[in-house]
Amino acid sequence: MSAEINLTLKVWRQAGPNAEGRFVTYEAGGISTDASFLEMLDIVNERLIEAGEEPIVFESDCREGICGTCGLMINGQAHGPQKGTATCQLHMRSFSDGDHIVIEPWRATSFPVLRDLAVDRRAMDAIIGAGGYISVNTGAAPDANLTPVPKETADTAFDAAACIGCGACVAACPNSAAQLFTAAKVQHLNLLPQGQAQRWARTEAMVETMEAFFGSCTNHGECEEACPKEIPIDFIAWTNRDYIKAKVKNRKLVG
Amino acid sequence: MAQAITRVSAPPPVRSEPKIKLPWPLSIYQTAVGKKWVMGLTGAALLGFIVVHMIGNLHLYEGPLEIHEYAETLRDLGTKLLPRTWLLWIMRIGLIIAFALHIHSAYSLSRMSIAADQRYPGGRNYIAANFASRTMRWTGPIIGLYLFYHLADLTWGWFNPDFVRGDPYHNVSESLSSIPVAILYIVANTALAVHIFHGTWSMFQSLGVNSPRYNHLRRYLAAGLAGIILVGNLSFPIFVQAGVIDDNGRSIVEELQHGTAEGEDH
Repeated sequence: MSAEINLTLKVWRQAGPNAEGRFVTYEAGGISTDASFLEMLDIVNERLIEAGEEPIVFESDCREGICGTCGLMINGQAHGPQKGTATCQLHMRSFSDGDHIVIEPWRATSFPVLRDLAVDRRAMDAIIGAGGYISVNTGAAPDANLTPVPKETADTAFDAAACIGCGACVAACPNSAAQLFTAAKVQHLNLLPQGQAQRWARTEAMVETMEAFFGSCTNHGECEEACPKEIPIDFIAWTNRDYIKAKVKNRKLVG
Repeated sequence: MAQAITRVSAPPPVRSEPKIKLPWPLSIYQTAVGKKWVMGLTGAALLGFIVVHMIGNLHLYEGPLEIHEYAETLRDLGTKLLPRTWLLWIMRIGLIIAFALHIHSAYSLSRMSIAADQRYPGGRNYIAANFASRTMRWTGPIIGLYLFYHLADLTWGWFNPDFVRGDPYHNVSESLSSIPVAILYIVANTALAVHIFHGTWSMFQSLGVNSPRYNHLRRYLAAGLAGIILVGNLSFPIFVQAGVIDDNGRSIVEELQHGTAEGEDH
């Protein structure tokens, strides 16, 4: 059943990284409840362009919850009120006629606003660059099942690998800590045989890169609630343990 | 239309490398996760003390002589190996070090988080964060200030004109019979219980003690410990106010020491 609702949007507008930002209120009338949140913003933008105004800058790519490009703080909640979905998977049927919606970009010192709702998330790329990979010799494809992986291990690693790197965990965290992102990216490799060779070097490098850009985890658990992939904070605990082990093991390496 | 997004240079780190790189294992404390480990371990030590301290104080309900004997027993600990009060002092020094590290790690991690965080002018909607987790930076200093008052009041006797060294029953009943002091103890111990509720659970995460099969028990343990500490510690000011703990201003221990006590019971 499709219906149309009228909304009042309070959107963060900021002309550039160093410009002063402010909220601007827009009336968004006649929005189909079948529209996704991003499609609703598209409609608003088309109307702004027709009226000769600057459209609202926001990021999006796949629009099916797998790329991690979109991400908005909607009414003070990362990715909006629906649990376990990205902003693109949030539909306007989650809202009621006459609702006021506050839309803000992710906020953290290491996520500077580029323009309006788009932020620079390259600090997360720096964490991946520090060790979020495995090094293998390429060549002929190895035999299937050459490296046995227990089903439970594969499932757990995949739970961590579901991370799309959207940054909602940082946005939702009262400390702007990137612990859940980093832990997911560390653990999906640390749990598997292919990740063992670089396990301790990876853990130390990625955690310390994270600490250079983001705050310190105080175990609120907000990240787990905000995560569109519902990645549990258990991975954070395991990374904390791996990190101390890494500090012990890595010191013995002379090379 | 001027649509081009201006690319800023890579965001500068919010936390700089330590100026002096300490040798291992002290270098672990120079990292945030290492500080969280120290916070968790020192928290566990302090929590152990708080539980034992509360249970020990229950001797107040046995009577003035019994709590006096308990206090003397603590001073006599390890006297077969060490001079009297040495073991007690070793434990006290351990607690002082744990307390100092707990405060320092909390202070420096808070500074790091405050530097990394930006406010949401439109407001933030908390889902998982509870009252306890969000007030750690308030309950902590409250406990610190209270601890100073508590030591000055019942260990050093600064604020109590009738203070008798070595008579806890007398000192507690003199001190807590004043309503403002009782309120202070109630407020501070409630803050302590709230701090313990988040701290106990948080400790397991920080120390990486996590096994999905048993994880739900961590919340029960946190709630149980906070509850036991709350009930035990609040009972003292409440029962002094109610007149259950009351020595009518006479110090049995002082009378014993001066040989003026008559009979065993009164």
